[in-house]
Amino acid sequence: MNKILAIGRRILSVLVTLWGVSVIIFVVLRLLPGNAVTAAMGVSEGLLTHAQVAALNRYYGVGQPAVQQYLSWLHATITGNLGISLSSRMAVSTLVGTALPVTLELAFFAMLLGLLIGVGFGMFSALHPGRWQDDLGQTVSVVGLAVPSFILGTVLVVFMSTKFHYFPSSLGFIGFFTDPWLNFQQIIFPALVLSLGIGAAILRTTRAAVLEVSGLNFARTALGKGVSRKAFIWRHLFLNALTAVVTMSGIQLGYLLGGTVIIEQIFILPGMGRLLITAINNRDFPVVQSVTLIFAAGFVIVNMLVDVAYSLIDPRTRKR
Amino acid sequence: MSNPLLSIRDLHVGLPHRRRTDEIVRGVSIDVAPGEKLGIVGESGSGKTLTMLAVVRLLATPPLAVLKGEVMLDGEDLLKVDERRLRAVRGGEIAMVYQDPMSSLNPLLHIGSQIEEALRAHGASSDDAKRRTREVLQQVGLADPERVRTSYPHQLSGGMIQRVMIAMALSTSPRVLIADEPTTALDVTIQRQILELVTSLQAETGMAVLWVTHDLGVVASLVDQVVVMYAGRIVEKASTHRLFERPSHPYTAALLESLPGLGTAHRSALHQIGGTPPDPTRLSAGCPFRLRCSYAIEKCAHEEPELIDRGDGSAAACWRDPAQW
Repeated sequence: MNKILAIGRRILSVLVTLWGVSVIIFVVLRLLPGNAVTAAMGVSEGLLTHAQVAALNRYYGVGQPAVQQYLSWLHATITGNLGISLSSRMAVSTLVGTALPVTLELAFFAMLLGLLIGVGFGMFSALHPGRWQDDLGQTVSVVGLAVPSFILGTVLVVFMSTKFHYFPSSLGFIGFFTDPWLNFQQIIFPALVLSLGIGAAILRTTRAAVLEVSGLNFARTALGKGVSRKAFIWRHLFLNALTAVVTMSGIQLGYLLGGTVIIEQIFILPGMGRLLITAINNRDFPVVQSVTLIFAAGFVIVNMLVDVAYSLIDPRTRKR
Repeated sequence: MSNPLLSIRDLHVGLPHRRRTDEIVRGVSIDVAPGEKLGIVGESGSGKTLTMLAVVRLLATPPLAVLKGEVMLDGEDLLKVDERRLRAVRGGEIAMVYQDPMSSLNPLLHIGSQIEEALRAHGASSDDAKRRTREVLQQVGLADPERVRTSYPHQLSGGMIQRVMIAMALSTSPRVLIADEPTTALDVTIQRQILELVTSLQAETGMAVLWVTHDLGVVASLVDQVVVMYAGRIVEKASTHRLFERPSHPYTAALLESLPGLGTAHRSALHQIGGTPPDPTRLSAGCPFRLRCSYAIEKCAHEEPELIDRGDGSAAACWRDPAQW
């Protein structure tokens, strides 16, 4: 009973957060100069008469009071209708349906590589503090944090295409189920670029947390029991550092959703980021609103998963 | 005394810096025979805990380091053995109960899995480890061993944790038990119970016990031999009986005087030793206790006395003869 209550409360808080996000998105978009009609129909060029503009405004509901616009959007969104893109005339759900898997795949590989780099080098560093292994880890983390992904991405694209004449993206994006190997080649480089910053952050967190834990009394107890080095490192040090690592991974995964916007642009991947940029340029409100809301939902879900992970790792957070 | 099981010889522990080295434990030698109970007494900062941690190489290195000395277990120098052998010794042959038990257990693992881990590290099968865990938890007087076994550390009280720590140390039937202030959080009846348990186990297995404490009261009822430490050195070594009857070092005498006894008048102030213990890294020449000593003479300011055998199983590091006090 208690458990059901806790889950219910959690879901409610997610919904409230998303509602807040929807209000912010809506308000911010209305504050932008121009509207869907002026952006899409070329009013600025004076191609339409005032009467025509007014008719279009009425047709798209642009002239309605903001509250009414918001409520009708909210109602449609809740019932699963994301609306029609104003620029491409396609259902937003269709656009999102093709873009979201690309971004999710990119985020998945970036996170996977980031975790490998971060936890791998982080443990390597922490277990040899002050030695060359530690210097290596620190170098990786400084480089990873200092080099912006758009520079690394651009360099990588230019280098790969001019030096190796390697253009995995030139065919247009290939879905995983069409040709997994080609799809992998298209995804792996942008994922690698994104993973470096993530890995650097996770590396630092892992190193600091493991070093802290290894100075605690229970680490000494574990050694004093004569447990194997493997058990000592993973059951005692890493397990206790894990909450910190999970927290940092969650934050990075949240940022990652935003980070894909730039990387998708550089690597010409038709993901959510490109969809969003194009939509903003066209004042394509239904698309912008939906994509932003989905990014926000992703962030909220990641945070929720992090909370769930805490309670799985640490028994002290379970009973409340 | 029969051949020592554990023999600490001229142990020096310190903090090496670039130019100089601060010594904190300055030449400690202790022998323990199988079945012997030895008490190590001293104020905080006297180096007793560091000495014990150095035995199983659990000093925080760096910054701390063993500078010199040997720790012989049955003729094998533990300071020189390889990692593999060291792991077999730790927990298997020499088990420790640490100060501050509340922070000495992994907060994310069940009590049971932590004790079983110790047993499994020393060759027990999974089933045996489980059975033995129940057994030791019962032995240390925990009322509901099954519940304790499946609990996490934060769900238990300080006294229960302390008993768990003792159970964990005893689970592998070690040859040497090093207990660092193991009963401080326990009330007197439980303390008594633990002391009796250790004593009975000792009779069964011939385990040697090193009982580190600042409580002379515990020492009196439990151990055969007492080592008194001050500023990183042993100042007196004697049988318990002899120590309480006729202390040979002014520091021991002062410690005994500050014990509340049955004869102590109600509400009368307890005797205390004036001053504070010296910072062991900043010792000047001479006896480190001289500034707090009622019997100091000129010589004490210039030369530090060595631990000298006074006959009848007692040794003290003092220039003065107790007969002249």
